[in-house]
Amino acid sequence: MIDLSLLTDGGVGWLDASGPASHLVLSTRIRLARNLTGHVFQGRNSETEREEILGAVESVARESVLLRRATRFRLDRLDRLDRQLLHERHLVSKELAGLDPDGRVRSGASVLVQELIGVMLNEEDHLRIQGLHSGFALDETYAAVDRLDAELGQRLAFAFHPEFGYLTSCPTNVGTGLRASVLIHLPGLVLTKEINKVLHGLAQVGLTHRGLYGEGSEVVGQFFQLSNQTTLGSSERELLDHLGKMVRQVMDYEEQARQVLLRDAATVIEDKVWRAYGLLRYARSLSFEEAMNLLSPVRLGVGVGLIPDVAMYTLNKLLIYTQPAHLAVAEGVAPDEADLPLRRARFVRKVLESEVGRRG
Amino acid sequence: MSCDHCRERDAVIHLTQIVDDQVTTVHLCEKCAAEKGVDSPAAHAKTPLGTLIGAMGKGPEQPPTPRSTDVCLRCGATFQDFRESGRLGCPDCYRSFETPLRDLLRRLHGSTHHLGERYAERESAPAVDHEAAADLREQLRLAVETENFELAAELRDRLRVLE
Repeated sequence: MIDLSLLTDGGVGWLDASGPASHLVLSTRIRLARNLTGHVFQGRNSETEREEILGAVESVARESVLLRRATRFRLDRLDRLDRQLLHERHLVSKELAGLDPDGRVRSGASVLVQELIGVMLNEEDHLRIQGLHSGFALDETYAAVDRLDAELGQRLAFAFHPEFGYLTSCPTNVGTGLRASVLIHLPGLVLTKEINKVLHGLAQVGLTHRGLYGEGSEVVGQFFQLSNQTTLGSSERELLDHLGKMVRQVMDYEEQARQVLLRDAATVIEDKVWRAYGLLRYARSLSFEEAMNLLSPVRLGVGVGLIPDVAMYTLNKLLIYTQPAHLAVAEGVAPDEADLPLRRARFVRKVLESEVGRRG
Repeated sequence: MSCDHCRERDAVIHLTQIVDDQVTTVHLCEKCAAEKGVDSPAAHAKTPLGTLIGAMGKGPEQPPTPRSTDVCLRCGATFQDFRESGRLGCPDCYRSFETPLRDLLRRLHGSTHHLGERYAERESAPAVDHEAAADLREQLRLAVETENFELAAELRDRLRVLE
């Protein structure tokens, strides 16, 4: 069993709800796709080559300032539960963790993590430099990944083309290799049925949306990951400014939708929020999906001040620790254990009981 | 709108062509389009990129697509491999399949020009300079052989700057 406490903040520093606009935005994530010259891309390389890439990056990381104290996880040497745990913490992609239905873990698949930055290795690209931050923090997150990119780029030879920019395995990532995502909670827009209009509008301006776990995942608990679609033809700054501007607009729409709900359907909303809270507080069995769908209105209730005594951090924690692998590890049982829903309900009750009333 | 060709079925494909600076739009039904060798996007939705890759080089306005046997000399990947997987084989594939990729990048990103940060290491030693240096060295060798020392000195200086 891996010990996530090795990570200085357990790898969930981004959950602390300390970042800007935390009542709406859970986290900001940015990744840069990079490949090494002199190596074929991941789809055509051998186990030996992946080990070489791993070795080269790790030796540079050890001597770096920013990744010197990084914790390394070799996904190809971890069992499925541990890999799922890392994925649920948003430290590795589903692809790297080999959690796709037909997926196997690729040899050499690894991740280096130091606080809020890290590198996925032997993913679709040789390196995926990544940064994760609490709340809506595009500038801070980019500054961190940019520093790491510059530091690694001094010692590693990245594949770069004078016209096309950083070369990537898939042409959808070429150029800057930058994908910035903002994980945002939009229950107001969902309840007022404005969400499709907003998502459609975002698509029109070159932004895309995904679910809680990124690419290929479904939207659960009214959490949306909004990110840039294109990576070429604009500078990093332009891509980030455009995403930032649009996210701020979406945040305004969400606030407006919440005001409309409170004005025109106050009793319905109040009932929905407290009903969800009541279920979380007293239910004896909860599936993960149900827990997510109940946490969403409670989060809304806390955000608009209907529920005064629950901290956002408590809700963020519940979001992470009620996931199947996290709960199974905490309870010391298998993730397919039949009584997991009972254990989940007990866990939620315990957290709410001990933390409600303590603002933090 | 009915099909410009058969004038019976509904037009579902609208093909804009530029011929001699004249923009013309042809409206075709799926059947007539297929007969004319214009594929509907749905026929290529095998990979997320399938639609775009499928459309590459198919319309009459497109530059010729490399034959599916065209191979990247560095890694051995064919353009057909890319069509199927949506993934390129190695960094050199971007040169091997430059023409069709340029077209794809324009469709995907609306541009082919990277405007972001530039990677310094790579920029300082572009491959073309190696060729120029080799050329100069050969000229220098000839100049020394023919005892044209004035030219040799000039070539030596130019080589120094280049390297």
